[in-house]
Amino acid sequence: MPLYETVVGLEIHVELATASKVFCGCSTAFGGGQNTRACPVCMGLPGALPALNRQAVEYAVRAGLALNCSITKNAVFDRKHYFYPDLPKAFQISQLYLPLCVDGWVEVSGKRIRIREIHMEEDAGKLSHDPWTDVSLVDFNRCGAPLIEIVTQPDIRSAEEAVEAVRKIRAALSMLGVSDCKMQEGSLRVDVNLSVRPMGSDELGTRAEMKNINSLRSIGRAVTAETARQIEQIELGKPIIQQTRRWDDSKGASSAMRSKEDALDYRYFPEPDLAPLSLSDEWIAERRAALPELPEQKRKRYPVEFGLSAYDTDILVSEKALCELFERTAALCGRPKDAANWIMGEVLAALKDRGEPPDQLRLPPEALARIITLQSDGVVNRNGARRALTAVMSGEAEDVDGYVTANQLAMVGDESALAGIVRQVMESDADSVAAYRAGKEKAFGRLMGQAMKALRGKGDPGRLKELLTEALGEG
Amino acid sequence: MKLTDDITLRVAKLSGIRLTEPETAAMTRDLGAIVGYFDILNELDTAGVEPRAHILPLVNRWREDVVTPSSDRDELIANAPARRDGYVAAPKTFEGGGSS
Amino acid sequence: MSGKSVMGGGYGEYSAYTALELGAMVQSRQVGVEELARAALDAAKASNGDINAFITFSDDVAMSQARAVQSRIDSGDIPSRLAGVPVAVKDNISARGVLTTCASLILDGYTPMYDATVVERLRGAGTVMIGKLNMDEFAMGSTTETSAYGPARNPWDTERCPGGSSGGAAAAVAAGVAPFALGSDTGGSIRQPAAFCGVTGHKPTYGAVSRWGLVAYGSSLDQIGPIARDARDCAAAMTALSGEDTRDGTSMPYVFDDSAVLRADADALKGLRFGIPREAFETGLDPSVKSLALDAVDLLSDLGASVEWFPFPMFRHAVPAYYIIASAEAASNLSRYDGIRYGRGAAEPGLTLDEAIVRARSEGFGREVKRRLMLGNFALSAGYYDAYYNKALQAKTLLRGEYDSAFQRFDIIITPTAPTTAMRLGESLDDPLAMYLGDVYTVPVNLAGLPAVSLPCGFAGDGMPAGMQFIGRAFDDVGVLRAAVAYQSVTGWHKEGYHAAV
Repeated sequence: MPLYETVVGLEIHVELATASKVFCGCSTAFGGGQNTRACPVCMGLPGALPALNRQAVEYAVRAGLALNCSITKNAVFDRKHYFYPDLPKAFQISQLYLPLCVDGWVEVSGKRIRIREIHMEEDAGKLSHDPWTDVSLVDFNRCGAPLIEIVTQPDIRSAEEAVEAVRKIRAALSMLGVSDCKMQEGSLRVDVNLSVRPMGSDELGTRAEMKNINSLRSIGRAVTAETARQIEQIELGKPIIQQTRRWDDSKGASSAMRSKEDALDYRYFPEPDLAPLSLSDEWIAERRAALPELPEQKRKRYPVEFGLSAYDTDILVSEKALCELFERTAALCGRPKDAANWIMGEVLAALKDRGEPPDQLRLPPEALARIITLQSDGVVNRNGARRALTAVMSGEAEDVDGYVTANQLAMVGDESALAGIVRQVMESDADSVAAYRAGKEKAFGRLMGQAMKALRGKGDPGRLKELLTEALGEG
Repeated sequence: MKLTDDITLRVAKLSGIRLTEPETAAMTRDLGAIVGYFDILNELDTAGVEPRAHILPLVNRWREDVVTPSSDRDELIANAPARRDGYVAAPKTFEGGGSS
Repeated sequence: MSGKSVMGGGYGEYSAYTALELGAMVQSRQVGVEELARAALDAAKASNGDINAFITFSDDVAMSQARAVQSRIDSGDIPSRLAGVPVAVKDNISARGVLTTCASLILDGYTPMYDATVVERLRGAGTVMIGKLNMDEFAMGSTTETSAYGPARNPWDTERCPGGSSGGAAAAVAAGVAPFALGSDTGGSIRQPAAFCGVTGHKPTYGAVSRWGLVAYGSSLDQIGPIARDARDCAAAMTALSGEDTRDGTSMPYVFDDSAVLRADADALKGLRFGIPREAFETGLDPSVKSLALDAVDLLSDLGASVEWFPFPMFRHAVPAYYIIASAEAASNLSRYDGIRYGRGAAEPGLTLDEAIVRARSEGFGREVKRRLMLGNFALSAGYYDAYYNKALQAKTLLRGEYDSAFQRFDIIITPTAPTTAMRLGESLDDPLAMYLGDVYTVPVNLAGLPAVSLPCGFAGDGMPAGMQFIGRAFDDVGVLRAAVAYQSVTGWHKEGYHAAV
């Protein structure tokens, strides 16, 4: 059996985080009663016209710049035609001939995945099936939400690279604030174009396009499964059919939606209702200068500036909320490594326990910085610090110091109190004292345990150990 | 350019229109005459001529990102032949999900 | 003439007056706004059996607008020169709560939930909307015979068509039942019916009047404009209609001011430079229409204008370029009519989606609309886009270039509005290409986005009115209407047919 190579290109639809839709003033907010966020434009009523949202263009340009694209100065909008009940005008306003951003790339494991283009378009409405009457129900709330479609070249060669490419793109877009990039809610949707070919071949095989992939994990699964399916077809001597397939994550398999015979002739032509864009070099340069620091730049900076490991850096920079928390916490407490350790350890674990994604994190950097400072100053021990963190994250506590006081988490630091405990333990367990002095070192642990218990865990164990050693030596 | 019934039928499908056989023949004849006449455009030397989609010198016609009130739902869907619970009802689609 | 004439004031005493005259009468409280609106509605209804100019009468809207305007006038607030004047609107212009059918079965029963910008502006100007006017289905046609509501008829001869597609508008104004009307012009649909009915119609510069609420036919070509008795009324209407609208991304911050137009007399023609494209007078032009246009040219010259012939080689390429672009945009714009969100759906339950859409469209669209949708989709489809659609856009670029160089030498270009007078009903539907070629004088103006007014220039051998058009530079709507007012100040063609003043 020959060796095969997987060839993957991605089409990533990203909903932009504007307040209003791309061609009308209706709100883009998620949810809302059916057809309550719609107007004559969303419904494609006769005589309604589109009015372009400037912020959508700004966001799309920002995405293009962050993904190393050239910006098309004279971009235009085109109409793409097909009949479907969720597409009220029976055409989608999109960009074919002069897309806004072209020729970019994203780096994946040291290799550049080329981005062919990023174009702007409008989202369609939502269909649901009514089992009682066996009809489709159309909700136009999402119709006209601003989208960008990021189209890569077929440069991806494995499931891992596909997942990594999406992760990188998502991290960049969320850092820019142009989208909330929530795959579950559909604000980031990935279509996978995949073909296989004998290793070493330069020709592209017949490809299938997979839709309905809604998590990072299922991108990897879909690539693996489709690769296996296509290889099996070839091995069985069956042709690969150019088709669109629907991924079913619960079954871990895809099924054919439509084949090339139904391939649509979209009849694109320039949208006459929308004037072309004309973006000056200066306008573009201003946007470039205003870009925030991107994940790739942070990835280079963190190890050098903060001494973080590549692994920690990678986790932090892939989530906007995490790297913002990290940078502000580190600045506030002056202990970047502790900040990274806390976020990588306790914070992520707490999020996992709560079943929340990082962007729902409720943890002010001031609180985390204070917790780190209190622990490093020996005011609280690790356990107390952890309790304070949980309390802040669950909303139970707002003020870290107040919580520490109210719950008596501060460690007993008073020398005379510690010495008193030591004395008390030695008196009540003379046997262990004698055993230790007779050379049985195990007995020390027993005495320490009793002392800690008496302190209810709030003594500085280092100091306690010193005092106990000293007192035992004195006998 | 010679028009055939095949082209007519393909274009009818794109147009979402069904033609009977006599309608197809008449359409091929009419469109054939029209398209045939339109070939006089080939007399023009259009090498290097910009295909001008917009006659006005307008660019960057955009509005600010401000939310304006949406329509009253009942009014908005009042013209739909079939409605249900605030939705517009359409014949069932096989694929489910959406078009894009 | 074979049919009967129902021209002018057969329907009421107010038919003798222009819109501006009626405005002056109501504003000086010689006539009540409601009384005038009632009279117009009664006259319009009485006329409809003969000319079928209206699809819908909007009595309720008219009466409530009339009351509101009357109380403004009573309190001394006169919003415009046209305040209190009845107006009728082509049925492809959306008016909230009033049926808007585009004369198509597929929009049977459709009632817009919003007003077109022009409807808002007409209301703001204090006019009173009495109804919606018959037209060719979706404005596709040159005779108003493709209407699903039956053909409108020409008041000069009811056996003839009023032209199209704004045939109802021109017929209503000519019959004296609407002082003025709004039409739309994609390839001549204001000017050609104005010429056929002996009235005056202005196609504004593309971008001068908002298209928000105008049911789109060819989006890059469509403009709403007035049809009226004379150019003065057109100018007054343009003042109400023009102005930027943020809801239409192709509307320009252009404000039409009628004061210079209304002041114009024959002196306004002195020194004005008219150009006559030679090709426009060469072939396919009815000899009597031709001689009327040339008479007008002589008169302009006599009045002190300079008149010069010039070559316009792109002339014959405009019709194919126009029909490709307009049909392509129409195919796109009319894709939305699938019977699901509005209009007449395929009611039968149990149809599949595709079946329901195809059924709604096949039953809902008439033959000419289907032909243009097919033509447009052909021109846009894979394999033909470059040869047809793109080529047509290039032709449009070249055409605008020819106009631009002509306008370096001339202020106004003059041509006949149409090669013939009004056709007999049923005469022109069987040969679509011949019908398209009848638009030869009007479509180049839309392709180039220019303003043009059609005005009566006499009566042809068949006794029917003929029209000529003044074409101007982009956004020189004032210039063409001023010249038209000047011409009409010394000619009486536009006054023919109306009853003498009461």
